[in-house]
Amino acid sequence: MAQKKLLLGDEALALGALHAGLSGVYAYPGTPSTEITEFIQAYPLTAERKVHCAWSVNEKTAMEEALGMSFAGKRTMVCMKHVGMNVCADPFMGSAMTGANGGLVVVSCDDPSQHSSQNEQDSRFWGTFALVPVFEPSNQQEAYEMMRSAFEYSEKHGIPVLMRLTTRLSHSRAAVACADDGDALPQNQMHTPADERQWCTLPVNARVRYRQLVKDYDLFEQDAVASPYNRLEEGPDRSLGIIACGIAYNYLMENYPDGCPHPVLKISQYPYPKELILKLSSQCKKILVLEEGQPLLEERLKGVFPAGITVTGRLDGALPRTGELSPDCVREALGLPSLRQFPASEVVAPRPPALCKGCGHRDLFTALNAVMKDYPGGRAFSDIGCYTLGWLPPFKSIQTCVDMGASITMALGAAYSGLWPSVAVIGDSTFTHSGMTGLLDAVNEKSDVTICISDNLTTGMTGGQDSAGTGRLEAICEGLGVDPAHIRIFEPLPANYPEMEKILREEIEYHGVSVIISRRECLQTLRRHAKK
Amino acid sequence: MKQDIILAGVGGQGILSIATVIGSAALRQGLSVKQAEVHGMSQRGGDVQSHLRLSSTTIHSDLIPHGGADLIVSLEPMEALRYLPYLAPEGWIVTNTVPFQNIPDYPPLESVLDELGRLPRAIVLDVEAAAKEVMSPRSANMVLLGAASSVMGILDPENLRDGIRHIFARKGEAIVEANIKAFDAGLRLSQQAR
Repeated sequence: MAQKKLLLGDEALALGALHAGLSGVYAYPGTPSTEITEFIQAYPLTAERKVHCAWSVNEKTAMEEALGMSFAGKRTMVCMKHVGMNVCADPFMGSAMTGANGGLVVVSCDDPSQHSSQNEQDSRFWGTFALVPVFEPSNQQEAYEMMRSAFEYSEKHGIPVLMRLTTRLSHSRAAVACADDGDALPQNQMHTPADERQWCTLPVNARVRYRQLVKDYDLFEQDAVASPYNRLEEGPDRSLGIIACGIAYNYLMENYPDGCPHPVLKISQYPYPKELILKLSSQCKKILVLEEGQPLLEERLKGVFPAGITVTGRLDGALPRTGELSPDCVREALGLPSLRQFPASEVVAPRPPALCKGCGHRDLFTALNAVMKDYPGGRAFSDIGCYTLGWLPPFKSIQTCVDMGASITMALGAAYSGLWPSVAVIGDSTFTHSGMTGLLDAVNEKSDVTICISDNLTTGMTGGQDSAGTGRLEAICEGLGVDPAHIRIFEPLPANYPEMEKILREEIEYHGVSVIISRRECLQTLRRHAKK
Repeated sequence: MKQDIILAGVGGQGILSIATVIGSAALRQGLSVKQAEVHGMSQRGGDVQSHLRLSSTTIHSDLIPHGGADLIVSLEPMEALRYLPYLAPEGWIVTNTVPFQNIPDYPPLESVLDELGRLPRAIVLDVEAAAKEVMSPRSANMVLLGAASSVMGILDPENLRDGIRHIFARKGEAIVEANIKAFDAGLRLSQQAR
């Protein structure tokens, strides 16, 4: 290894991919995954090698674009936050059936403790669901190295590999030993699959392929037993055996600075290595399972072992059932005394995140509140972005947030049920991600909805990435069939409140589909542009 | 030898540039570094913290355990108190005294400063005034870093200055100098305060 760099887990993974001959990254921004693609976009090797790195419209288009690149024989990765897996579930499940030609790695960054997310879903479940191998690095160095292993594995077995990170690894920096750019592997030449049959998933092909996939999955498990990323470490005190998955291994070792006295099975590659687990259980009568996220392994192991072996972890309360792991909760589960500490201060008040002072979303909410107070039966369905903070005081302007695009479609369902006014508030990037199809439904059904697109010309919450529809929102809405007379635009500023309120009122009173575009640049990107 | 540091503040105040300078200095000294950051929604005016761990041996966890921090460095007085359970019994707090009041129920400032004053090892100073005094008004965070460096035994202050030079190099010599002046002012003030 030629040099040491201080890198986020996300950045280490990105550099590992570039050094492994990456030809393209496909992604939609989402915390904590955004920095992977941003690192690739800014890295010199990317331009030199013409690595694809433009943002995709959503995770589904990203996954399909990458699948096309893999078909054409090149190494490619798809990056998203955990809930992005739901958006690309269809092509992801399909990719297990088509298999991979060029190395295909799907990176999903989970967010246990929901620092910036609506749920805590554990992406490892997709591995067993789709029958694909899962890699789960435990630290930044492994994140760098595992990308190369994952591409090689993907090509060797003709299968996509799911790479799972969690917030704490994605957003933590460490010194990573990495190769020089000059030693990066060459990119693959374009080449189509030797046998293209399984790439068309007609039932006649898919049945054959599925039988093969099930067989291959056994092979993946044997590989996991032999993997250098999974290892059983001996320990003299066999009163307890510990299984530590991914980053949980670090919290374990943190509590034993002189080495863990118990046998430890470190797991970073799945399907979980049954043989190693059975070896551990032959040594220990009690097994503590440490895993970040949901108790996937713990659940499977309960009831599998012969009588007399206890499995303990998140399900029996040894560890918290929800939230991310910490050195403290792992310490407690190990039965070690906690460190001496100061009591919590009693004067400290919570400081939740808030919309920036002067942000355009604020002005839209202020005007919307002024109008909606005359319509007590009305509701504002909203969506995913900074503007979700409009649920909090002092605004309390929106009532719902579920998934990308759900503002428009939920407003439709509610309007059909007689709720009026049925208002949707959605950001520009979320609109192009998953709102456009819902708008077409609205047009076809002539729904009585008022859709506010709060257009700040960027993907704001994740730090200001390009937004796919910038400059074309009116054209898109018109193209989908919205009456141009009911596509209204205003600039959200305190000076414009009277005009904004008038337009909002007129469009609520119009009993058809209206789109109001509230347009002013995000202050964060404005500040950045001013510096340039 | 190890040093576990919690950096605290409000999203947008600039704790990450402090972390970047410390990280750069630590690498220069050949230390192991781990630095957990907060990105995403919480950055929007909410409380933010970074766990920064330096050690001459392997660092396992990205997070510092409760009762394990040798130092809390905060750009905001109430935010310094938020992380008290992380502070080791012999640990230090180095904090700015100027409150960032973007919430309706911010406690009375006297009660915050009183509690800080009652702690056995705390250095509290108005880093914004100190930065203005040395004509570097935009470098308050480097005043704080300078102040913290007096109790950051593991790092040589000269390496921290090199870290500042390295991090701000592309912004030009004047910016580098302003930040070094701010750092030195902080170091001086904290030595007087101890």
